Amino acid sequence: MNAITLPIADGWTIAKRNTLKIRRQPDLLSGALMLPIVLILLFAYVFGSVIDVPGMSYKEFLLPGIFVQAVIIGAQTTGYTLTLDLQKGIFDRFRSLPMAPSAVLIGQTVSDLLMNLASLVVMAGMGLVVGWRVHTSPYEAALGFALLLAFAYAFSWFTATVALALRTPENFNNIATMVSFPLMFVSNAFLDSSNLPTPLRVVADWNPVSAFTQAARELFGNTSTAMTTSDAWPIQHAVPASLLWIVVILVVFVPLATRLYKQAVSA
Amino acid sequence: MSDAIIAEGLVKRYGEVTALDELSFSVPQGTVLALLGPNGAGKTTTVRVLTTLLRPDAGRGIVAGHDVVGDARRLRAKIGLSGQYAAVDEHLTGAENLEMVGRLYHLGARRSRARARELLERFDLTGAADRPVKGYSGGMRRRIDLAGALVADPPVLFLDEPTTGLDPRARTALWDTISELVSGGSTLLLTTQYMEEADHLADQILVVDHGRAIARGTADELKDQVGGNRIELTVTDAAELDTARETLAWVAVGAMRTVPESLRLTVPVTDGAEALRQVLGRLADAGVRVRDAGLRRPTLDDVYLTLTGHRAPGSGTDSDPEPGTDPEPGTDPEPGTDPESGTDPRAQEANR
Repeated sequence: MNAITLPIADGWTIAKRNTLKIRRQPDLLSGALMLPIVLILLFAYVFGSVIDVPGMSYKEFLLPGIFVQAVIIGAQTTGYTLTLDLQKGIFDRFRSLPMAPSAVLIGQTVSDLLMNLASLVVMAGMGLVVGWRVHTSPYEAALGFALLLAFAYAFSWFTATVALALRTPENFNNIATMVSFPLMFVSNAFLDSSNLPTPLRVVADWNPVSAFTQAARELFGNTSTAMTTSDAWPIQHAVPASLLWIVVILVVFVPLATRLYKQAVSA
Repeated sequence: MSDAIIAEGLVKRYGEVTALDELSFSVPQGTVLALLGPNGAGKTTTVRVLTTLLRPDAGRGIVAGHDVVGDARRLRAKIGLSGQYAAVDEHLTGAENLEMVGRLYHLGARRSRARARELLERFDLTGAADRPVKGYSGGMRRRIDLAGALVADPPVLFLDEPTTGLDPRARTALWDTISELVSGGSTLLLTTQYMEEADHLADQILVVDHGRAIARGTADELKDQVGGNRIELTVTDAAELDTARETLAWVAVGAMRTVPESLRLTVPVTDGAEALRQVLGRLADAGVRVRDAGLRRPTLDDVYLTLTGHRAPGSGTDSDPEPGTDPEPGTDPEPGTDPESGTDPRAQEANR
């Protein structure tokens, strides 16, 4: 095997291991699948009963935002799992084997991608139940889900980086919550961000969450001409902006996480 | 290539602490070398350097003909490592753990599966093969971890304190397993804090302290190096213990050890029977009632104390932390408390 096939083959072995682990921990799996359902019900019926968006139902407006939120929360599994494994001897075993060192992170992010896929499927089903609909072609809808999954995968590398820098599950959880909440809420995911005061609106306009949410809305057809959207470039060009974000996140955090992994395990 | 493992002037520093201080040794192919030493002596660091987990600051390591730094990937294909704490996945079954390791050695799917079953049988884990490791006992975990090191049938094995934290029965069982393993011709580097373990498993023992080799030889050679015999006496009351100590100072050729709780005194002497006769005479003159007296050869415990204990006066045999490499949660750092080593931990306390 060469430098390209080895990390893929070994990464797949590690991904299978992680998938088995997830299956053996039903509480973890049901947690990952229940949370999005709870979020949908909570936001759809609590916020939905007080918030009006012009020209469309709030639920249709909301669901793409919830998808992105679930991706952000789901991708944290990557970081959290890594911090748990760091506490044990398993990485020593991996490092004494003739495997590709990068396979550990590749395998982890791939298995978490599968989990995020499962969570998206459950959410889409729940969305349909509460009244969310896709108004575009199946092709565009598929593109929408693909974009969300690509974001989930890239964001996994970001949480891996944070986790490998912090190294303990406690520290990781604290920081992850502190980072992900502003990221989710200072955005257009739950609200029409054009109503926000200027400084917050600027942040929301350039927040990647807003770009992904807007892109998902466009690809699922959950938009209305009666609604004003921001003039900011990432919102006006949400799909290319999202793709750009994915590339930037991967280019920055894949090498960074790989380096931090080497440091963390050779201490 | 007659040496399967060569360490040449290995140095590893952690800030101020020097974990390995130009450590050199070699292990001939097909033999077992035990690194014996207290916690923090550098045993684990040595294993981590030789298994490519840690880069040495200086020196060279060659394992199975491959350099630990320059040729790490090919080296890893030739070694098996089992650590201080079982490096297995709790949520995976025993079979799944071994299969995964097989895949990562690139044995292929079918061979990995067959090899996993084979090892489970050999390590008496067939019944637990399809249960998550989470439910395994400590001894079973060690066995599955050891099996993990053997998946690729590597010519060189590293076992880092394989029995630390195990109860005596599980330890003896694991000893038998390890003895069986090396009878097949593998080279083994073993680290241990237990003299008995080194004596039992190793062809050669390397005593390490503060990252340096301080003695090397077979168990018998090391005992000879410490020299002489030991007179062991049991007296009748505590006051007599002090009297005996004073009375016998002239005959002792090294530090005497007293165990107040069991009223026991150990006196190193040069000539055996004659010394014993004289000692008993002197004690009778001093009015000490001797309940029990005997002559014995030095144990590895004596070797260990003579070689390491006196080198660092004031510090115990279990001091000197080795940052980041010796976590050993819940293990016992005191060699003397090993129920099987046949010594009393208080003997060392009294000696400090």
